[in-house]
Amino acid sequence: MEKIQLDYPALHTVPRRAHVGVVGSGDLEVLLEPSPDGQAHVLVNTSVEGFGAAWKNVLDRFFARFQGAASIEINDFGATPGTVMLRLEQAAEATRT
Amino acid sequence: MNADAAPEVAEHRDYRRFLERHSFIEMSARERTRAVLDPGSFRELLGPFDRIKSPWLPLQGIVAQADDGVVLARGTLNGEPALVAAIESAYQGGSMGEVSGAKIAGALELACRDCEQGRPVLPVLLLETGGVRLQEANLGLAAIAEIHAAIVALRRHVPVVGVVAGMVGCFGGMSLAAALCSHLLVTRQARLGMNGPEVIEQEAGIVELDAADRALIWSLIGGDQRRAVGLADELLEDDAGAIAAAVRGAFARGAPALERSAQIEHYRERLASIDPQQPLDGEMLRTLWNEGTAP
Repeated sequence: MEKIQLDYPALHTVPRRAHVGVVGSGDLEVLLEPSPDGQAHVLVNTSVEGFGAAWKNVLDRFFARFQGAASIEINDFGATPGTVMLRLEQAAEATRT
Repeated sequence: MNADAAPEVAEHRDYRRFLERHSFIEMSARERTRAVLDPGSFRELLGPFDRIKSPWLPLQGIVAQADDGVVLARGTLNGEPALVAAIESAYQGGSMGEVSGAKIAGALELACRDCEQGRPVLPVLLLETGGVRLQEANLGLAAIAEIHAAIVALRRHVPVVGVVAGMVGCFGGMSLAAALCSHLLVTRQARLGMNGPEVIEQEAGIVELDAADRALIWSLIGGDQRRAVGLADELLEDDAGAIAAAVRGAFARGAPALERSAQIEHYRERLASIDPQQPLDGEMLRTLWNEGTAP
């Protein structure tokens, strides 16, 4: 098990919180909430160790487009980068609807 | 294919009906809970953002889920106050840990208190679990015992309705919780038993039971078989609408004349009718334990 923490600048606030996914094999859970300090913060708890660079790449790409001031907690059970990106997009979508 | 021929038209209609079905099995625990309750009435208790998770799994290097794999919601069924507890089978096999077990037991106890104070709450358990979470051992077992006690206490006031939809099924201590329910609804895909087939094969060998033989497993512990021998009350299609309607139907029928767990003599006689020296299969058990013999 490994914890990864990353911070990103943000341009706009997030209207509401959203929860998607499940901590099941090859999947992950995303808890996305408005961040109180105008910045974005990500905490990843993952069952697979040694993929810090891959996590940073996926999150860099997500925040290049998302730009919301969100506190995101990810509980991961071996999801592939593609699945991680889909779940993040799904959570972002859920805050807008 | 000739769509004009009568048999094919019927087949075509079945195909349409199949497409119109909304699979309950494929839903997450949260989606199942919403599907059972009246539309718009879902109000989650101790949801993921409350972050009441297992304190034990991270100590063993396992990532914990924010709701510990149990969704609790209050809402209504045909306008009557209801409580739904659903187990998420994709997280740790739907296993019951200290927190997930306490969530269900606590919610049932509070529902019982509401009933005692003259405010009936209709309890529904959506069971999809391998039983106790081995990493939390005795704490999970203790919570399961509390769930059993809470079901028995609640049954004095309102029927307790259980649903086993599949594909995990319901095993271990939680199979006893299923058996304690006033009405137990199953699909053909459901399985219900104390020890799971994989556990039996691991402990007693493949000669005793081949856990990979799906036809054999379902002929012994599948939903259809459990219904046929009277250990489940209703066999349903894997359709969210049908299951939601059947849950309402079960409450409308009210409490059974005699709860399954109160029929001690009946089940003793059933066990006595089995000769352990003779090989027994699902079909023979159906003949032997014909549901028509239930009081």
